[in-house]
Amino acid sequence: MSTIETRELNVYYGDEKVHALKNVEIKIEKNKVTALIGPSGCGKTTFLRSLNRLNELLGATTKGKVIIDGKDIYDGKEDVIQLRKRVGMVFQHPNPFPMSIYDNVAYGPRIHGVKKKELNGLVEESLRKAALWDEVKDRMQEIALKFSGGQQQRLCIARALAVNPEIILFDEPCSALDPVSTAKIEALLRELKHEYTIVIVTHNMQQAARVSDFTAFFLMGELIEFGETKELFERPRDKRTEDYITGRFG
Amino acid sequence: MAVRKEYIEDLEELKEKVLRMGELAKVAADNAIKALLQRDMELASKILKENSVIDDLEFEIENRCTRLIALQQPMAVDLRTIGTCMKIITDLDRISDLAGDIAEIVLQIADEPHVKPLIDIPRMSELSQGMISDCLNAFSEREIRMIEDFSERDNVIDALFDQVRRELMTIMIENPRGIRNASHLLFVALHLERIGDHACNIASRIIYMVTGEKRKLE
Repeated sequence: MSTIETRELNVYYGDEKVHALKNVEIKIEKNKVTALIGPSGCGKTTFLRSLNRLNELLGATTKGKVIIDGKDIYDGKEDVIQLRKRVGMVFQHPNPFPMSIYDNVAYGPRIHGVKKKELNGLVEESLRKAALWDEVKDRMQEIALKFSGGQQQRLCIARALAVNPEIILFDEPCSALDPVSTAKIEALLRELKHEYTIVIVTHNMQQAARVSDFTAFFLMGELIEFGETKELFERPRDKRTEDYITGRFG
Repeated sequence: MAVRKEYIEDLEELKEKVLRMGELAKVAADNAIKALLQRDMELASKILKENSVIDDLEFEIENRCTRLIALQQPMAVDLRTIGTCMKIITDLDRISDLAGDIAEIVLQIADEPHVKPLIDIPRMSELSQGMISDCLNAFSEREIRMIEDFSERDNVIDALFDQVRRELMTIMIENPRGIRNASHLLFVALHLERIGDHACNIASRIIYMVTGEKRKLE
């Protein structure tokens, strides 16, 4: 299982005009949930996307190191496809493929060459881990887009799990969901951390407080404070963290 | 632009209510000893009557705290402030109850002479009053300098209590007819000693509110 460590991580957009992340140094523990919080534009999503090199699809320039399992993923030797298999991602809006539940989950494993006879078991296991199996087991061939937002999001989690990642990145996974679906995803995060390392961006501070073991507070591209969630929300060390989490920003 | 304006105003109002309750409890405790010294039954009755105002304030503050937690999801210093308010109102209410207990004793013994001149009891009262005042200032200013020495100050009150107790026991042994008055005075001294303990509890909570650090003062 992984630990993630960044060293002097800098990310720039648009010919280095926008300095989106400034010398971020952080160590993310394995089998823990780490939440990234901060106001819009603070760099938290950029940071998340730097962990599976998704930023480069957006024309960003990255300097510094992101070390996963002791290996720098920006050293030029990393196979990006393999990296994104190891570091899965779930997005803000549920984005299932326009195909059946079964095919959604089987899509990744098929590409990675999993044999047909192993697929059924893998699909079931992934759906079970995503706490969706009982709701869809008799509807495997129905098109995914018919299901509720919360179910679609859990399907996306199952799809991410199906390629057997070590780390899962969640980019505001509940912001489009109702409270009950949100509670289900939160419960799921607490389960999944036993097998995976989880990093989650959230705008909802109560969610960060509820689900995470560690919290990182970003502001204007800088990592201001990082520590145990229970400490950070009860007695933050930095005045800027305090102002943000108590809602005195602006 | 100040964000969460109403929330911040609500927090300020909450603090004002707690200070108001603290001030009432302090005045009640002060008046109780004044009534004892001056054998003032009217003042003693007034303390008992006003006790319900403090009880009402305690409920109101508790409701405000619960509402703020439910509706505003406070964090960090705000959360510590609300938690502190919820805890210290219990101590403030106990202080006012103890003042009421002293007032009731005054009503029972006001028409008889005391078995001894009252010197240490007013001294205990003065010390505990000082501690309550410092608590209220510390709470209002978010400044813990004046409450950090409460353990030592409480030790002085405890020592005075021991002295008063020994003295009153000697009087009771020597003069059984003084037992009624002496035992009432013993309870007054005990109540003052307890008020000092409540001030220490409040001070511990204020230190937590200001610094986030849990420190036991006793």
